Amino acid sequence: MAHFIDRRLNPKDKSLSNRRRFLKRVRTQIKKAVEDAVRERGVADVGRAKDVSVPTGGVNEPSFRKASEGGRRERVLTGNKSFQTGDRIEKPPRGGGSGAGRQGAPGGDGEDDFLFALSREEFLDFFFEDLELPDLVKQSLKEITRTHPHRAGYSTSGAPANINIARTMRNALGRRIGLKRPTDKEAQALLKEILKLEKITSPTPEQRAELAGLRAAYETLVKRRKIVAYIDPLDVRYNHFVQQPEPNANAVMFCLMDVSASMGEREKDLAKRFFMLLHLFLDRRYEKTDIVFIRHTHDASEVDEDTFFYSPQTGGTVVSTALVVMQDIIRDRYPPSEWNIYAAQASDGENFSGDSQRCATLLGDDLMQVCQYFAYVEIVGEDEAQLINSEATGMELWESYGRVAEAWPNFARKRVATAADIYPVFRELFARDPAGQGHG
Amino acid sequence: MAKRTAKAKSGLLFDHADWDFDTLRRTLDAIEDVARDDLGLDFYPNQIEIISSEQMLDAYSSIGMPLMYHHWSFGKHFLGHERLYRKGARGLAYEIVINSNPCISYCLEENTMPLQALVMAHAAFGHNHFFKSNHLFRQWTDADGILDYLEYARKFIASCEEKHGLGEVEATLDAAHSLMPHGVFRHRRPRQPSLREAEEQRRERIAAAEQNVHYLWNTILNAPPGQASTDKDLLDRKRDMHLPEENLLYFLEHYSPVLTTWQREILRIVRNIGQYFYPQKQTKVMNEGCASFVHYYILNTLHEQGRISDGAMLEILHSHTNVLTQPDFDDPRFSGINPYALGFAMMDDIRRVCVDPTEEDREWFPDLAGSGDWRSVLRHAWANYRDESFIQQFLSPAVIRRFRMFALSDESSSRYCTVTGIHNEQGYRHVRDALARDHDLAALEPEIQVADADLLGDRCLHLKAIRRNSVPLDPDSRTATLKHVERLWGYKIEIVECDAIN
Repeated sequence: MAHFIDRRLNPKDKSLSNRRRFLKRVRTQIKKAVEDAVRERGVADVGRAKDVSVPTGGVNEPSFRKASEGGRRERVLTGNKSFQTGDRIEKPPRGGGSGAGRQGAPGGDGEDDFLFALSREEFLDFFFEDLELPDLVKQSLKEITRTHPHRAGYSTSGAPANINIARTMRNALGRRIGLKRPTDKEAQALLKEILKLEKITSPTPEQRAELAGLRAAYETLVKRRKIVAYIDPLDVRYNHFVQQPEPNANAVMFCLMDVSASMGEREKDLAKRFFMLLHLFLDRRYEKTDIVFIRHTHDASEVDEDTFFYSPQTGGTVVSTALVVMQDIIRDRYPPSEWNIYAAQASDGENFSGDSQRCATLLGDDLMQVCQYFAYVEIVGEDEAQLINSEATGMELWESYGRVAEAWPNFARKRVATAADIYPVFRELFARDPAGQGHG
Repeated sequence: MAKRTAKAKSGLLFDHADWDFDTLRRTLDAIEDVARDDLGLDFYPNQIEIISSEQMLDAYSSIGMPLMYHHWSFGKHFLGHERLYRKGARGLAYEIVINSNPCISYCLEENTMPLQALVMAHAAFGHNHFFKSNHLFRQWTDADGILDYLEYARKFIASCEEKHGLGEVEATLDAAHSLMPHGVFRHRRPRQPSLREAEEQRRERIAAAEQNVHYLWNTILNAPPGQASTDKDLLDRKRDMHLPEENLLYFLEHYSPVLTTWQREILRIVRNIGQYFYPQKQTKVMNEGCASFVHYYILNTLHEQGRISDGAMLEILHSHTNVLTQPDFDDPRFSGINPYALGFAMMDDIRRVCVDPTEEDREWFPDLAGSGDWRSVLRHAWANYRDESFIQQFLSPAVIRRFRMFALSDESSSRYCTVTGIHNEQGYRHVRDALARDHDLAALEPEIQVADADLLGDRCLHLKAIRRNSVPLDPDSRTATLKHVERLWGYKIEIVECDAIN
């Protein structure tokens, strides 16, 4: 006989392992696609799924096949309208008969790139790859949800503080009615009767018997009221809470970058990754993340993302101007009482002489007090990085920031030559500190 | 019989678009009554599984089997299907049916009740009957054992991955997959004689040889001795290794000088799975035609009995015609002949010929015309034919006219394609022959044999590709596939393409 089986609740993703194997096989191509995506995408869009196309080269499954051209072949087609036996039809110019050409088209599609979608998770895996993030951080970045207790119905157990009185009383009432617990009113009425009878000084025998009956009735009534409790532990209901994903606060992220001529393609690319990483972190922690882009040469201005990364500007380098603009924006739009303020600054380390001291003062006196975190990366050439191996020495800006870093634990600075150097800047930020939980 | 059941259980089977398991069961029973008592179908017990769209996608990617070993190519297919599905470029199949005992049909949970009825009649009875009765399936597939075998295959390959590493196993599987179409036996091998029979044969052969000795033979000059010995070596090899051998995977599994035992077992698994699917490739038109004819007949019968409402029947017919559309050759949707449409049209036509023949039918099908017993004619056809022979035998002029078929030949040396036959008196036979050839798997896939391999000499593997109608192998895929063969053989490979002797 026939069996019906409901498989809908069976685990899905039976082919997950096949999918992983496939991604592993095309990893170099995906890597390239992800890198392109990082270049094309906005800072805020990094954590989205992505369509990736892979050249069929690495993933085609060859087998012996007949060529689509050459030799003699014959096909049967449908829908003849006007052909007669012996008709000759000129082939389209680029070889192949009309039939064969048509046939070739779907086959030809297969030769194109193989297109598929990467999930957010997979995309981030590739994005993180050469940032050399510790696994714990990778995990915590990928996980989108922050939880917060939410009401979810009632439960029979819980903390006394969570007792739901209305529900408890309703249950108790139902139970009292169901078990026929005598009400207070009935007891009072009976008692009244008894008192009335007792007041009679010389009762007749009937009255006496009635009184005895009433007393006995009152007895049982009281007893029943004792047995069937007014509120029983069975009735008690607690508000039930479950942990639910919960946005918790707003954050604003300031991206500050030196865009003078000395910042080339490579420097900007590294800076972009740096900003993306910080944004991913903030995005995970906060419901709403604003980004403010401030670029500067000898003069600073707030710009949109495209201009920030791609529009060239020439001029000198005065870093403090950017900090001043940031100060103004905070004052105007992001009161520190409502916003968590994060800042990331990228530069090649050059600055107008004498300005670095001013930067340190600006930071120390004002900005560091309102910022949750300030990260500074100095982007250096790879060969340069090998020469400068001391943290202490460097250009003027680096040294001034060194003093800020000593005074403020939430200030981080780092020299970055490759993508792998970026993460250590955020090391403290990503450390699971209990203080972080407070505002996070 | 059918009438009696109709009286016994009447009333609508369902009147909602939503389904539940009770309705499904009731409907399946009603369908089964018609299938068994009216059509006389013979089928495996049914197991109907309701699955979600994600699970359907999963099933797609493992070539429709409920369990399969892991390989990246399945992941590739999954990603491809998934993308098309999510974009809405392609719908999912309503069902997948597996040739096993019990016969498993997967039905999509999103199907409406009329659609579930259609799908059950189609898969659980149409395909099921075909699997059980067609001679190719009976001969080549083991419906009882396939699921156990796949389970074994998956475990074996997983254990190989643990022991020898993912990369090694993957490389072997890649190579084996590329030869999968050439890993099937097209003919049953002759039975191996028992020892006693072999001994008897040998004695008879010697006796015959002695009888034939005649002194006159001695006067014939011998061939040069060197030549004779190499020829003899070759002949010996050919006999020992059963050359020429067209099952490349079988040959590599048995004679490859470099493979280890577990690799040979993997080739064997891939080969067995390829063999299991070989009948399906040869019977697309018949299989789908049979299933479509069965669902169409059964549901119409139920509708006539008043057990399916007009509205539900309309929905069923809507899906039915969607699947059975055959676009014209100049339609952008045209992608060859739709096996559903062709199979259904031919089977419906057989029924017409049996019941209501014309003069033409009497001439073309003297045995069938007017015999009236179309059920047994169809059952006979389902059991004993494959696509090529079925078309050759049963394609009637009426069907050719209905599809307005025409045959077009394409000679690579000519600037023109020539129409070689249309739907007229002179063309019917030619169109029928051409269509049958078009459905002959042996003509569609390149024919490749192992010609020679001297294991004691240079160990070069000689392959021979036989060109039909001088159609060459596709050079790119040929090079890529040869690399895979080389991995399995370990030594040099040579392939020669030669034209078939017509």
